[in-house]
Amino acid sequence: MEKTVYARIGETVLWHTLPNGLPVCIVPRKDYERKYALFATRYGGMDLRFKLGEEWLDTPAGIAHYLEHKMFDTQEGNALQELATNGAEPNAFTSNAITVYYFDSTDCFMENLKILLQFVSVPYFTDESVAKEQGIISQEIGMIEDNPEWVVYRQLMEALYKNSPARVSVAGSVESISHITAQTLYDCHKAFYTPANMCLIVVGDVNEDEVLRLAQEVLPQESGAIIERDYGAEESLTPCTKEVRSAMEVSMPTFLAGFKCPDAPQGQERMRNNIIGDLACDVLMGDSSPLFARLYSEGLINGSFGSSYDLLPGVAYVYAGGDSNDPKAVVQAILNEAQRLLCEGIDEDYYQRVRRANFGTALKALNSFEAIAVSMAEGCFGDYDPYRFPEVYDSITCEDLLAFIRDNICESRMALSIIDPKEASECTQ
Amino acid sequence: MNRNRTEIMQNVFLTYLPDRKFKTGYLSAQFITPLRKETASANALLPAVLHRGTMRCPDMEQLSAAMDRLYGAQIDYTVRKKGETQCVGFVASVIDDSFAPGGERLLEPVAELLGEFFLDPVTRNGRFLSEYVESEKTNLIDALRSVRNDKREYADLRLMQEMCAGEPYGVRRLGDEESARKLNNRTLYQRSQELMSSSRLELFYCGSAQRERVTDALLHAFAALPRSAAADIEPARFYDAPAQPRIITERMDVTQGKLSMGFRCQSRDVPAMIMANLIFGGSSNSKLFLNVREKLSLCYYASSQYARSKGILTVSSGIETKDYDRALEEILHQLKAVQQGDWEDWELTGARSVILSSLRAMNDSQSAMENWSVGQIATGQSETPEEMARQLNEVTPERICAAAESITLDTVYFLKGKEDA
Repeated sequence: MEKTVYARIGETVLWHTLPNGLPVCIVPRKDYERKYALFATRYGGMDLRFKLGEEWLDTPAGIAHYLEHKMFDTQEGNALQELATNGAEPNAFTSNAITVYYFDSTDCFMENLKILLQFVSVPYFTDESVAKEQGIISQEIGMIEDNPEWVVYRQLMEALYKNSPARVSVAGSVESISHITAQTLYDCHKAFYTPANMCLIVVGDVNEDEVLRLAQEVLPQESGAIIERDYGAEESLTPCTKEVRSAMEVSMPTFLAGFKCPDAPQGQERMRNNIIGDLACDVLMGDSSPLFARLYSEGLINGSFGSSYDLLPGVAYVYAGGDSNDPKAVVQAILNEAQRLLCEGIDEDYYQRVRRANFGTALKALNSFEAIAVSMAEGCFGDYDPYRFPEVYDSITCEDLLAFIRDNICESRMALSIIDPKEASECTQ
Repeated sequence: MNRNRTEIMQNVFLTYLPDRKFKTGYLSAQFITPLRKETASANALLPAVLHRGTMRCPDMEQLSAAMDRLYGAQIDYTVRKKGETQCVGFVASVIDDSFAPGGERLLEPVAELLGEFFLDPVTRNGRFLSEYVESEKTNLIDALRSVRNDKREYADLRLMQEMCAGEPYGVRRLGDEESARKLNNRTLYQRSQELMSSSRLELFYCGSAQRERVTDALLHAFAALPRSAAADIEPARFYDAPAQPRIITERMDVTQGKLSMGFRCQSRDVPAMIMANLIFGGSSNSKLFLNVREKLSLCYYASSQYARSKGILTVSSGIETKDYDRALEEILHQLKAVQQGDWEDWELTGARSVILSSLRAMNDSQSAMENWSVGQIATGQSETPEEMARQLNEVTPERICAAAESITLDTVYFLKGKEDA
């Protein structure tokens, strides 16, 4: 395996691509009991329209997530059960861009890895089992529809985007998932669960040769085709709707403002762009910014306030939000602060300490196996090396942040999503 | 972990866990105090107010600047309910000295700041700043109210309030809104003096620094702590379930109904109870998950939790209102199966390996070790994760049945939609 040592963060990483095209990454962790494996496919909630063979397929919203649920079914029963019997804690999630399956175990690691590789690569669905899952997923959808954080995000994405599938919920709707059949699931599996479109990440004290040998043995020999995807007609940088409001059972209003940004390039530039976006958010409105301190002491925001820059396939945006009794005042204050920074510049000393804190936070994240594995998988799919963050931090200047703020944090790019409390919502016996 | 715990000042204990594998050092300082309605809200408000500023860094901006310079050191306040005690304080994490590009020492300044939060907060004429108290009071009240936003948490909370009304266990982690409203900068300051002088302080460190260095840093940081003899913490009392279970139904505008059930468990065979809970609903291989969710598709989640220090087991699930009777019946049916020893070998093996694995993996997470150790100390337990693992290994099916036999339904709480019948 190809070994890279990252002295500044005390890390070593091994990479190897199997003959079938699957990239395998091992992050050694000598003194840990835990071993962690993550098997990911570059296929998420946004991959609804794609070309299979000669034909363009339109698939129902929520299908990647549905497929994730059904993958645990095996001809023999259920992989979740098999793994749990070995003391492993298996789970999976589907995001906009990827689906991952992972487990955490202290014993029988190789045996568990074999189960993971097998159940993810061998689909087994019947019409009956697909129909049954609709009950469970409909309950899950019902549960998230009661979650104000989810609804405020959903509304924001619908306000920001006109064509991009980013506006569609990863889980789909009770209606959309009713169109899913065993056949559509097989089609999607065939298209996206191929060595060429996946990667395997292992974190822990494992024998690298054994891992490679097992993956080689269990997984298909064919690499699979590169699938063409369609993320909808190009988006303008103006949001589709300026403002969306609705009412729910919440104790105080909650809001999310979004600023549409241009799509970021692939490769190392993508990571640099990502860090610039996050640093710009921190300098402008992060926990240690003057704006945060002022809004907090004025009671306009509380500890729930947060902001970040998010990159999805084909689209990017900055979001900021939390609970507030006056969301509009908070948003106005953010816009004003952006203007102030553009006029007065960013204090160099302030910038240096925010960058220092960010570096510390990124380093701390390396305590988490999950965080390491997910960032490795994202780096693999996005063609960048996430462990190069110290060098990227070194290369970013105040000017980069000001340029980001100037380009993106302005009213014309902004949409606002608000959830108001329902009136008189006391419980009744 | 007990062997690593020493008294470094009167009623101040340090649990020291040396470990070189982490990128960070982890420090925690917790006052352990009985959970009581009269003091819970004040105790919950206190660390939030202390976190607003010290005499050296009197506002958020200066505090943030100080922590940013320590490479994003994080000091968060924590309020935890462990059995019938409340644990109030701060946890801090900072990158290990070996990664500081300038080779700076980071442990000492973080310990210093931790001490200042308690001992040198911003005050004026023997009171906290009214501005800080009022704003954190608003945040506390918002947090108490916001439980409604998460319907699962809300249903579980309402269950506890009903089931343990009148017991300390029925008091919320953050107290209640009415008591919070009455607090002001003078009464809170008094409460802070009482809490600090009369409760035990538990310190915790995990990281690469030598014991001596950690002890010195903390002794220096807490030198000014007022000390007097602390009363022993009483263990939580166990109660019997009523002859007839209490049934409570409430309505809210929700899509999915929430069914929460509370049981009393008289068994003192803790390892056997832990196993019974795991087989019943405490793991992804449990009877509740496999039957109520997977087999019958009655819900998206159904799981159980066992609070050993109080002898209470709870089930929470999200269901359609129309399925209430079926779900309730099925959950009780699965409990019966556990009580009768009606399980396959793999269910027991699986449950055991899940818990053993998570106990072993605990040594891989600083926050998990800290949380375990605070929980143990606050509820008067003393076994290490390794000792617990050994005890769990010895549990027989007979003991599991006997322990499960003591699980008796106390209260059922159901939250359903406004439109539902």
